[in-house]
Order: sequence, then structure tokens, then C-alpha cells
Amino acid sequence: MKYEAVIGLEVHVQLKTKSKMFTRAPYYYGAPPNTLTDPVVLGLPGTLPVMNKEAVHKSAKVGLIFGSQIAEVCKWDRKNYFYPDSPKGYQISQFDQPICIGGAVEIELPGPSRNVMGEHRSVRLTRAHLEEDVGKLTHGLGESLVDFNRAGAPLLEIVTEPDMHTSEEAFAFLTSLRMHMVYAGISDCDMEKGQMRCDANVSIRPAGTMELGTKVEIKNLNTISGVRNGIDYEIKRQIRCIEEGEAIVQETRRWDAEKSRTTSMRSKEMSHDYRYFPDPDLMPVKLSKETVEGLRSELPEFPYDKQRRFLEQYSLPFTITSVLCPDRELSDYFEAAVAIYNNAKSIANLIANDLLRELAEAGSHGSLPLSECKVKPEHIAGLVKLIDEGIISKQIAQDVFIQMFKTGHAADVIVREQGLEQTSDTSELEALCRDIITNNPKPVEEFKGGNEKAINALKGQVMKRTQGKANPKVVDDVLKSLILN
Amino acid sequence: MRCELFFKTASELSSLLDSGELRSVELMQSIIDRTQAIESRVGAFIDFDADEALREASESDKRRESGEARGPLDGIPVGIKNILAIRGRKLTCASKILEDFVSPYDATTVTKLREAGAILWGSLNMDEFAMGSSTEHSAFKQTANPWNLDCTPGGSSGGSGAAVASGQAPVALGTDTGGSIRQPASLCGIVGLKPTYGRVSRYGLAAFASSLDQIGPMARSVEDAALLLQVIAGHDHYDSTSLDKPVPNYRDALKAKGPWKLGVPKEYFGEGLSDEVRAKVEQAIAYYKSEGCEIVDISLPHADLAVPVYYIIAPAEASSNLARYDGVRYTKRSFKTRDAIDMFFKSREEGFGQEVKRRIILGTHVLSSGYYDAYYLRAQKVRSLIRHDFMQAFNEVDAVITPTAPTPAFKRGEKTDDPLLMYLNDIYTISANLAGLPAISVPCGLSSDNLPIGFQLMGKPLEEGSLLAIAHHFEQAHDFKSMHPSL
Amino acid sequence: MTDETFNINYLAQLARLELTDEEKQHFSSQLGDTLEYFKRLEAIDVEGVEPMAHAFPIYNVLQEDVPSSTFSAEEVLANAPKSSENQIVVPKVVE
Ligand SMILES: [Mg+2]
Ligand SMILES: [Zn+2]
Repeated sequence: MKYEAVIGLEVHVQLKTKSKMFTRAPYYYGAPPNTLTDPVVLGLPGTLPVMNKEAVHKSAKVGLIFGSQIAEVCKWDRKNYFYPDSPKGYQISQFDQPICIGGAVEIELPGPSRNVMGEHRSVRLTRAHLEEDVGKLTHGLGESLVDFNRAGAPLLEIVTEPDMHTSEEAFAFLTSLRMHMVYAGISDCDMEKGQMRCDANVSIRPAGTMELGTKVEIKNLNTISGVRNGIDYEIKRQIRCIEEGEAIVQETRRWDAEKSRTTSMRSKEMSHDYRYFPDPDLMPVKLSKETVEGLRSELPEFPYDKQRRFLEQYSLPFTITSVLCPDRELSDYFEAAVAIYNNAKSIANLIANDLLRELAEAGSHGSLPLSECKVKPEHIAGLVKLIDEGIISKQIAQDVFIQMFKTGHAADVIVREQGLEQTSDTSELEALCRDIITNNPKPVEEFKGGNEKAINALKGQVMKRTQGKANPKVVDDVLKSLILN
Repeated sequence: MRCELFFKTASELSSLLDSGELRSVELMQSIIDRTQAIESRVGAFIDFDADEALREASESDKRRESGEARGPLDGIPVGIKNILAIRGRKLTCASKILEDFVSPYDATTVTKLREAGAILWGSLNMDEFAMGSSTEHSAFKQTANPWNLDCTPGGSSGGSGAAVASGQAPVALGTDTGGSIRQPASLCGIVGLKPTYGRVSRYGLAAFASSLDQIGPMARSVEDAALLLQVIAGHDHYDSTSLDKPVPNYRDALKAKGPWKLGVPKEYFGEGLSDEVRAKVEQAIAYYKSEGCEIVDISLPHADLAVPVYYIIAPAEASSNLARYDGVRYTKRSFKTRDAIDMFFKSREEGFGQEVKRRIILGTHVLSSGYYDAYYLRAQKVRSLIRHDFMQAFNEVDAVITPTAPTPAFKRGEKTDDPLLMYLNDIYTISANLAGLPAISVPCGLSSDNLPIGFQLMGKPLEEGSLLAIAHHFEQAHDFKSMHPSL
Repeated sequence: MTDETFNINYLAQLARLELTDEEKQHFSSQLGDTLEYFKRLEAIDVEGVEPMAHAFPIYNVLQEDVPSSTFSAEEVLANAPKSSENQIVVPKVVE
């Protein structure tokens, strides 16, 4: 029998705020253990929470991005459970009135090949609610260590409908989610840094049927490969179970990346009776129409909308838009350059090839950020203009670009200072070409015999002798007229 | 009879300090001497540091000499219920589980007292986590009622009540979740005011029931209560439930002369009220009438539901508030454990007393799956009805007058193992917490056994000033404030 | 209202309290009485009544996202029952 998997995701995204959700202790990744706390973070007796405005606003923005309904009144509830990383013995979360209800995330599936855009579809959201993060446990042999730096950081829990059927789709969902979050400045969504964490609900059913099978919750899918491998493993495991006549148990399983398998989590907790009730320490938040519209006006153009526009407006190929559009800064950079000099294709190529290559080489941990790059959009525009005007060849342009990248000087300055302009002076070239024709009878004969390509050998020699400064078009013309006349 | 220094009111002491007739160090020494003389019998303090208090006193004296006194409380010792965080001092909440916890921060009320130049005098005993009405649930010691050492001082702010009544502190801070300032004030023969919910910041008050808790003054005179409230009241951005409303001058408010319209709710004078208390409260009512006040019979139809509503809401919130005492970060930990979960179970079993456990179990039940709607949600709705009753009444009257507690002080050990009987002690005080209203207990006489009796005034939200004025009016005509227990 | 069958073991488990048998018995009977006492709430018509979560609801008590001071690791650990490497040590966490 053929089976179909049904997958829903619960994604926790750490909101990019400067301070924590209920107190002004700072939060950022990578601080030494237990240096980002205060009485509120540690849940000392007598401490009280006060809501961070930015956390509420960023959460509402997520709803606006995905077309969710934004709750008019938000309240916060206590989710009561004990764990060593949870300072108060309860987590402040949202139970029955989440800040975002419904909505959908547009995803892009992989195309048949790398240069062909795949299908776009949407994954519906159930809800998104704002809650606080817990501390971080490091497990040793007989003991565990607790660091409360992360405790109290604002988290948005985004829950999807069971709208996905393959790990590929789940992956595409996370990719799209992350892209939108980073675009709107809501989160950096770096899974390595725990800024995006994913749990999946997976069930299977015979292909073509509608009824949902027993779902299993998979926890700890906290890397990109974990999401793919964990879900794939679980689908296979469930199919094997059914085929071997076993029933699927509704349970929580944990993805063990090292052993590449999911294992059942037999928690000591008898049941999950979280005893939610409204937090008496926090007041409700009303989001007025004006506030919501104000937040909407701060949203950028979304990545897939931008991609559609780039494909159409600039006639760029998907191979290029798929590089530029997922990165808001890079695509803005591109458009800034195009606004200065209108040759989208050449500019896009220069960015997608030369610029990204140099950034990758220059960075110590991953690519050098674009903001630290000395080459600005006007430099790119200037360089393309020099090529288009025939002042430098494309070949020379490559060297000029590398120098621009190192020095931050404008292309025309580099070209002028180093005398890199192309030679288009025909009398000088004619003498050189005559010499080369005389010394290379073989390709000359072949060309005469009808092999058009044979001229390239001669051209190459000319370029070599002029150190690339000859205008290839002019060389071509001169060679042809000398041979044929 | 010449009044001993330690029995003078804060306002009297304040004038003596201002005129230079008294130095804060002398005052502090007199209180330390008094405490050392009687504390072994009263047991009001969990802890005090005489040297530190004298040091603070001498700093106050220096300020006064250089004309930099910070107001009427500068140099006046204020006793602090040991449920309020004081930086560098133990915050035990009278619980074994917090026995070793030293607070690294100040409660907002404590910061305000420091700014006013007050001496933070001692940590006062209480029922563990403020759960109780007799101070018998302290993990550390018993506190006796200074009027009769066999009796309880009431609770949970029993240490505060006993200290103020016995001359071990001129004024003190208490906290009130269901009557824990007013009931011990009544039983100890002093004034106790629970402010409007949100009037005083709760930041630094270890939470019992967050939607009910308030910090308030306990004092030997209404004026002293006004002085102390003046310092601690006001908006605080560390407390989301704090009210951002201007703080009136409470001492000026005392000048109001009435007459007032007072409501007498029949539900507060029914079964369970002792004859002696009834008689004294009726005398007080008669006094107001004789002063031209209009006395109106009113009804608060949901009054008898206050106790069940309270004993659902308060334990529910407490079960969650006390979850942080888990043995991980700062509470006492049991080390006889196999794993982290076991550590929770054993640390909490060893660290909490019976009453606390009882309320955690009750609170856990009323919030648990399948019971939430029937208990917690329903209680919250009835709470709305109770508040509504009061708001209706306040359309007609300025304040409501009732007994504070059904009986004078009861014997220690009498009710400790009958929670329901103990809970009924709060029958008249709980409503003000549920409705968020200000309420004050004022001494109005002694029983045949020479035990104090108080009456309660409840007012409109933020009308602490009117309550103080009405209480002051009574106090001026009755000399209960110079009545002291003989010890 | 619900019948007051409650499971003291379940409640103790949720509340992370390791009660003695004596405590269990004691609390069970007292809890039973207390729940019986709560029954008087059943008679009240609360149809259409808003539950009261706050004495005085105020909307939008919010703070600006401006970071402020923090504790040092030493201050965090000052009251900790056990610590190592600037972290709090707890017994093994079993999942
Ligand atoms: Mg979840
Ligand atoms: Zn969550």
C-alpha cells in the first residue's frame, strides 16, 4: 500500500528584542553563563513581570505578514509545570487568546532543476502566541548545569495546520518562515543559536484517504538536517509499524541526531495538566486599529512578492532571483545599484557572482556581512557603466571589481589610475593584428575555409598582447577585414 | 500617666525629633531595650539587628542636624513583615524553604522607606507565606498576643501586630490578602489599613495571591497609618497592577469633619459574630450617629460567598506562585534525591509547612483539568458579583462599617487543625480584597477578658483619605490609642 | 458542579509534593470538607457575568525595549544550593 504522511509543525521563534519579555535585562546570544539575569528573570520572591512593548508589536507584525487575524485584546496565562530551567515553575504564555489567529505561509518547493522555479503553495497557520523562553540545561553525567541567560527571552510559538506531506515541504516551510522573519527584522532565526526551534506532529494514512492517523509529536528537530532526517525517519518508522501490524502509539518522541532515530520520551510527568489560568500579575493589551496599521506600514515587501517582481520587472532568470530575493539587504542593494545605472542584468550578475564570491572569501565565520562591504551600490553601477561604454572589457572588469572590493575605490578611479582603458585605436590594433595573422597561418586558413570559431585563437593572441585592454568587438572587426580583404 | 518613649506614636516622636528634644539614636535604643525585655515572651521578630538599626538612627540624626531630614518618618523605626524583600537581609516568608535566602534586591516599599529616612527595623514574624490568621503557621516561632500571651495575635501579619501593640516598633508594614493586616490589628488593638488594590506597589512582596495581595500600614494611631501610607503609596512601573493615580496628602485628609453616610450591611452582623464584638461595633456606629452621620441599613447580598470564593482564588494563585520554590536557584534543597524531579518533590515536602501544603493541594485541584470551570472560573464570576454589590452600595454611602473579626483574639492551638474554622476568621475582611477596596480596622474597645476589639470601614476605590478621616474622627473621641497591654 | 472526587496522589504529583501517607489522609479529608463547603457557589446564577481576573483592569501596561542592568554570575549563584562553572548544578534531569 502507498502511504501519505501528514505533518504539522510547531515552531518557536525567538523575537529580536534588546531586552527580555517581562523585564529590562538585556538578551543576546553568546554571553557568559548567568550574566543576563535580574531578580525578575530568576523568579526571586516578590518579582513581577512587565510586558515588553516591542515583543507584542513584533508578534503582531508576524500576524500581519501571514494574514492572520490580530487579537483585539491579548491576555497572558500561566502554564504551570516544573522543570529546572523554568525559574517560576510556570511559563507565561497565551492559552485561549493568542495574539495571531489563522493566516498562511507561502512556501516554494524545489523545482525540477536548480534553475527552474518550483511550485508555490501555502501552509495554513493555526495560531501564533507570545510566551517566554526558559533557561538552558547542559547535561553532564550525574548532574545538569543551568544557565538562565535565555530565560525570559520573548518567543513566538507558531503552530501550523497539518498541511504538509513531506519533509521537503516542512523544510520549505521553515525556509520561508525564516526568510519572512529576517526580512521584517522580527528574528534572526538562526537554528544553531536556538533562535528557531521546531517540533513536528507526524502521522500517516493510506494515500488518497482523508481520515488522519494517530499523530506522534517529534521534539528536538533543532537543525535544518534534523528537520528533514527526523521527519523522514518517523514517516518510515510509522509505515514499518503499520506494515508489521503494530498500532501507532500517540506519544512524544525525541529526534536523536547522533543515532539518527526517534526515541520515545517516557516522561515522569503522569499527564500534562498545565492548569492554565490568566496571569494576575499582567494586564491585558489592546491593539488599536491605529497601532496595527502603524505596524503594517513598517513591513517590507515580502520575499516571494519581490521575486515575482524581479522576474517580471527586470527580466532576471530564476537562478539570479533565487539568490537575490531571499536576502532583503542584497536585493535592496541590487535595486539601489539599478536605480543609479539601469542595467539590471549585468548588475545582478555582478552581485550574484563576483560580489557574493568575494564576500564569502572575506568572511572569517561565514560570509562577510554586506553592511561591512566596501563596495557600495554606486560602485557596482559605475563598474557596469564602464563595461557598457566599452571603456573596460568584462575581463578587466573582474580585476577592477576585486580591487574595488579591497580598497573601496570607485571603478573609474581604479581604471584611470592604472590605465586599464580598452584600446579602440584601430591603427595601433591593425599593426598588431597584421603581425599575428602573419605568424599564425593555420587558424587563418581554417577561418578562410569556413570555420568561424578559428578566429578566436587569433583574438586571444591579440588580447594577450594588449593585456586585455583591446576592445574585443574592435579586434574582431579588424581581424575579419584584414583576413577577408 | 507618662507615656514611655516606646509607646509614643510616630507622629509624636517625629515632632520630638524635629524639635531636637529627642534623637533617633535614643529612640532606637529605647525600642531595642523594650524588645530585649519582652521579645522572649512576645516573639514578634524573626530577626533584628540592633547595631544596624542604631547605625541607621545615627545617620538620621546627622541628617536632621544638617537640616536634611527627609520627612516625618526620618529616624522612625518601621517594622517589616518578613515577606518584603530587603537587600542584604533574609527574606524567609516564615518558611523553612527560604530559611537561608538573602534578598539581593529591595521591595519598592522598602526603597520608599529608605528614601524617607525610616529605619528598617527588624523582620517580623508571620504565618508561612502569609497563609493563616493566627501566626501559628510560622516555621520558626510562635507569636503571642501582647494582651494575653496565651492568645494568638491574629495573622498573618501577627508579628507586625504584636510588635506595634507591645511597643517594639511604633509602626510596621503588614500585608493583607484576605484580612492579614486588619484582623491582627483588630486582635492586637491597633490600626491596620489595607489600601486599594494597586495603590501600593507589590514589587518585592513575595506573592501569596497576586490578585488580592496588598501592603499596608499597621500603627497605634490613624495619623501614623496616614504617615506610613503616604510614604509607600504611588505608582510603580515594576508592578503592572499598580495604579497610576496621584497620591493625595493623607495627613491633610484627616481634617475632614464629615458628617458621613455610613452603610451597615446586615450580612455582617449575623450568625457567628460574638456578642461582645457586636456590642462594641454597635457602640461605634451609635457614636457616628450621634455625630450627625447618617446610618443606612444596606445589603451586600453575595457577602456570604466571599469565603468560598476567596478559598478558591487565593489557593489557586498560591499554588502557582509557590511553584518557584523548587530547590533549584535559591530555596533550600533536599540532597537526598535521585534526580531533578525527585529533588522537587523532596525539597518541597521538607521545606513547606502543613498549611502551605494544604493550600497548594487545594489550589492545584481547583485549577486542574476538568475542575477549572466549576471552581476557578465560577469563583471569578462570583467575585464580580461581590464587587458589584459594593459598587451599588457606594452609590448610596461613603463607607461601609462592619466588625473586623467575629471574635476577639482566640487561644493558640484552638483552630490550627480545623482549616474551615480558621478560614471563617476572615469572613468580614475578605470581601475588601476580592473587590479591591481600601479597608481599615480601628480599635473600639476591650472585651470582658481584656482583649481588644476593632471595627472595619471599607471605602470606595482610592478613598483611603476618607477612611482615615472617618477613623480619625472616632479615634479623637475615644482614647484607645493610649491603651496598652501590660507586659 | 463536578462531583468532588479528587485523587490526592495526582494532585501531589502535579504540585510536586512528596506527601506522607498521614498527610495524604489528613489533606484528603480536609479537602473533602472544603469542597463540600464550596458547593454553595453552585446555586449562584452566573449566566452572563464576566469573570474578574483583576480588581482594576488597566490596558496596555507596557515598557519600552531598553535594556537595563543585570546581576553578575556571582550574585546569581549567591543563594544557589549548588553551583559550578558559573552555573547552577541540579541532579540529573531524566526525560
Ligand atoms: Mg507547544
Ligand atoms: Zn511554546
